[in-house]
Amino acid sequence: MADAKPDEIGYYKADDLVKVDYAPPESEWIDTPLDIRPGSFIYPAKEKHIEFLGMDNPRPWSPLDDDWDLPDDWKERIHNGLKERLDKYRSLKVFMDICVRCGACADKCHFFIGSGDPKNMPVLRAELLRSVYRNDFTTAGKLLGKMAGARPLTKEVIKEWYYYFYQCTECRRCSVFCPYGIDTAEITMLARELLNLVGCNVNWVMEPVANCTVTGNHLRIQPHGLMDTFEFFADDVEEATGIQLDIPVNKKGADILFITPSGDFLADPGTFTCMGYMLLFHQLGLNYTWSTYASDGGNFGLFASHDNMRDLNAKIYAEAKRLGVKWILGGECGHMWRVLNQYMDTMNGPADFLEVPKSPITGTVFENARSTKMIHIMEFTADLIKHNKLKFDKSRNKGLKVTFHDSCNPARAMGILEEPRRVLNAVCDFQEMPENTIREQTFCCGGGAGLGTDENMEMRLRGGLPRGNAVHYVQQRYGVNRLAAMCAIDRATLETVCEFWAPEVKVTGIHELVANALIIKGEKKREVNLRLEPIGGEED
Amino acid sequence: MNAVFALLIVVGLAFVAMVSSQHAGSHAFFGIALPYVAVVVFIGGMIYRIVDWARSPVPFRIPTTCGQQKSLDWIKPSRFDNPTDTFGVVVRMALEVLFFRSLFRNTSVVVGEGTVKPAPREEGDESIAPAPDPMPGPVVAYSATKWLWLAGLAFHYAFLFILLRHLRFFTEPVPMFVDLIEGLDGFMEIGLPTLFLTGAVLLLAVTYLLLRRLFLPEVRYISLLQDYFPLFLILGIGISGITLRHFVGADMAAVKELTLSLARFQPVLPEESLHFMFYTHVFLVCVLFIYFPFSKLVHLGGVFFSPTRNLANNSRIVRHVNPWAKPAKLHSYKEYEAEFGEKMKAAGIPLDKD
Repeated sequence: MADAKPDEIGYYKADDLVKVDYAPPESEWIDTPLDIRPGSFIYPAKEKHIEFLGMDNPRPWSPLDDDWDLPDDWKERIHNGLKERLDKYRSLKVFMDICVRCGACADKCHFFIGSGDPKNMPVLRAELLRSVYRNDFTTAGKLLGKMAGARPLTKEVIKEWYYYFYQCTECRRCSVFCPYGIDTAEITMLARELLNLVGCNVNWVMEPVANCTVTGNHLRIQPHGLMDTFEFFADDVEEATGIQLDIPVNKKGADILFITPSGDFLADPGTFTCMGYMLLFHQLGLNYTWSTYASDGGNFGLFASHDNMRDLNAKIYAEAKRLGVKWILGGECGHMWRVLNQYMDTMNGPADFLEVPKSPITGTVFENARSTKMIHIMEFTADLIKHNKLKFDKSRNKGLKVTFHDSCNPARAMGILEEPRRVLNAVCDFQEMPENTIREQTFCCGGGAGLGTDENMEMRLRGGLPRGNAVHYVQQRYGVNRLAAMCAIDRATLETVCEFWAPEVKVTGIHELVANALIIKGEKKREVNLRLEPIGGEED
Repeated sequence: MNAVFALLIVVGLAFVAMVSSQHAGSHAFFGIALPYVAVVVFIGGMIYRIVDWARSPVPFRIPTTCGQQKSLDWIKPSRFDNPTDTFGVVVRMALEVLFFRSLFRNTSVVVGEGTVKPAPREEGDESIAPAPDPMPGPVVAYSATKWLWLAGLAFHYAFLFILLRHLRFFTEPVPMFVDLIEGLDGFMEIGLPTLFLTGAVLLLAVTYLLLRRLFLPEVRYISLLQDYFPLFLILGIGISGITLRHFVGADMAAVKELTLSLARFQPVLPEESLHFMFYTHVFLVCVLFIYFPFSKLVHLGGVFFSPTRNLANNSRIVRHVNPWAKPAKLHSYKEYEAEFGEKMKAAGIPLDKD
């Protein structure tokens, strides 16, 4: 590992990263130059994706360049873009005006805790934009300039925005502690929209947006490729359980459309959770369908712009209408549920062609989704368990001590806290992490909002410190060896965070554990779990 | 540097007032014109700000949820930290505005190294056990910190009660509640005239808020001129007010003659000149009123407009409408099937065409 590169975990040592220097630099933040180094920024979006999406200023460029090749009228674009958003979003205007810089948010950000960089304090992240707002839109800023905390927009400011607004995972933890509820996620989202106007966006976001537009999923898997994936899953499921799955795809006349983040098709350990859904639905005899067209609920559009989010999200209702389903069920995903809970109905509703979700097994009517007609699978499964519709053999998850990572968006943009805990308690040996790191105070995995790419490894590990350390704590204290998360980004990025901060803890989705414990009609004696590993660990 | 500037500005303002109000000729300005201007600017400015915020719509329903959602009947929702109805939102806002609920959650974090000891285990516990010999490693520890909350709350309430107490000068007869507040405020009966607790609390709290800005490195780093200025200004107002009451022994009857005449819109200066310290106090208050609508102090109104706090988390129950919404640019299923139809057919996926 001596030759590891900045995008590899072996390049970093926990002993070094944990020595965080919180002393601010000598120079004021406005005068402190930007230090862009490999490992701490994300590669820019490729021309072809920006062109395909019809967005601004496609070109080859690198954040390490001196000249970022901005369009000639870049200043007007930003100024007008900011004005437009101030008129469209009360949130932005209020958040620009009312911050008192009390500092309560400062050490709530995982990136500040892990890096000590003062511009990762949520208050200062917002000031990066606020200073320009003051300069362009407030009397005091126009008259007094720097004395009033205003600064003119320069190309250096754009660079700073690019760096720090892609060092925010839109997790909203700071917003819980802010006395005015100032939401840095909102500020970051709108700042990224401004950056889009001059063509400064990241490939890790824009490529998935482009891919999802065409094929419905992140990796541009074409429909027949998705069928192959499903067949692989079916093979593995049969090997583990003896059950032969019938996987309905694009089926008209199904009662329920099931939407999950496409990460669940693509990478372990999400794939095991995907098999988990399939087994559960099989056992229930659910009349449901997958869709290849709307094969991603994950929606990286949320990390690009409100327009991108809306356009990708629109596929879900369109597909539900085309297939003639009654209602929609959503899988384990984090920001997908931010979109579904807080944006979908507003952006693409009303879903008046659907029915209020009703569990065909228990008869429970989900009044909490009366308007969107879409429920979370954890609501669905918790309801099944409450009504004793599922039988579990917990011993099949023997050898696992499981803790639970509340994903940012389900926790702070929805509040689905109890449901997953009820499910976990029913299927495995469950242990909470410390209270300042769970529920509404949960810490981000460090890779949300389009930051979970390897070239950003240093920041991911730094940002992952609070979560990783909480996992390490329960590992040392209680012997926890498995971290459950109901979010595809978590399942992808927490593996790395755990490898670094809490070695030997592995990550799982909840429905993987559910399906392992679930007693299924016609199954064979289970000797291996869905990972095809011997049940109970290798020692037994 | 920002702090020094702010201090100099406030000292300068006070100095100008002290010197110029020595001349009786200036009293009509300090005692009558400026207070009217200040009140008009304050009210007009705040209305302007509020109308300005209200003019921008709330396109999306984005509450920050801080507790369990309302979902299944048998799971108890957190009615006030994650409200789904108007009542819940009203309580949430009340807790926020009256008790600084969010700030009460404040924690501080320490990153260090240490060893996490295995938890004691009950006999017969057959679940997984932690490794017997824990290794030292990084430890991130959180602890509750309430000082900012306490000082903030003390400061705001002291300010409110002082403001209410001052209604004595603008009403005749003085309303009962003002007498009551004053009675409570002076119940310690220290000194003559009685020291008001709120005055002392205000000075202490503002001093704390100032010191933490000056001495906590992170807070100092984010502090701007406009963060120090109101603190020094309010400190100046408090000191001049206390001086006026306890050291100058101002002629309260004469003061009231003036203030009451202002309230009745028939302003007259008292025959005998009021002390310059009175005019200084009034001047600084006027500066605060005028400064208020153009500064961060508008959080007084803004807190009510924060969409992460004042909206119910019910966007799956009731459709929230965005007034400027545009329809999605959908990559339609038809386009999708046109591109992949052949492959879908070969893979056995049903098509619309067939």
